[in-house]
Amino acid sequence: MTNFALMVLGPPISTQAPQSALNFTRAALNAGHQVLRVFFFHDGVHCGNQWLIPPAGQQSIAEQWAELAQQQKIDLVVCVASALKRGVLDAGEAKRYGKSAANLHPAFALSGLGQWIDACVNTDRVVTFGG
Amino acid sequence: MNQKRILIVYRHPPYGESFAREALDVAMAGAAFDQSVALLFLGAGVTVLTANQQSEGIQEKSLEKQFAALPLYDVNELYVDADALRQYRLSNADLSLSVKALDTNAITQLLERSDIVLNF
Repeated sequence: MTNFALMVLGPPISTQAPQSALNFTRAALNAGHQVLRVFFFHDGVHCGNQWLIPPAGQQSIAEQWAELAQQQKIDLVVCVASALKRGVLDAGEAKRYGKSAANLHPAFALSGLGQWIDACVNTDRVVTFGG
Repeated sequence: MNQKRILIVYRHPPYGESFAREALDVAMAGAAFDQSVALLFLGAGVTVLTANQQSEGIQEKSLEKQFAALPLYDVNELYVDADALRQYRLSNADLSLSVKALDTNAITQLLERSDIVLNF
């Protein structure tokens, strides 16, 4: 069994990166491996936006990750520095910056790059998607 | 914390998109958490290294100045693809940082001896 940490750099809709990362995660889990943490960085932070309306008949990227994370205990971390610049906010950040609403899906957490370095150090393999 | 050899690969130019800037954040975070961090500049990524960048005209902060801080973080292993330098008609005199030019075989060896390769 291999432990993976994934970094998602590409945004949903405009790039395939988030869906490829989901497909990779499902395949890895089905093969008996573990994905401990997914770190959303750069434009990948848009994956955590629960307000995206997917095309008819498709489930949003945030919902897909949320379901998978709940079943398999995967840590979904959105880089706070990348996210703030791109308008992806949780309730705490929305309040801090005087914005009227938060849009981060509750299955995701905002945190710093230290969480990514920690994932790099404590897993067997790292894979990046997008970029 | 265990120490791993993290190689950060630059494949995008310094301006026009933010990969180079955000990859630098990853490099500095890795170094701040006591990891061994090396940088490799491939393809268009070699243009990140050019000296005398004048980014004021596009309302961007200079990446060159931020890269100059790398030694303070103990990030001293910088490698560049020799073929890409030639392709972009750059020599060491055009670069703002001291980097080691590698041929394809040496790049393969660098990738092999890195524990983690992060592509930007």
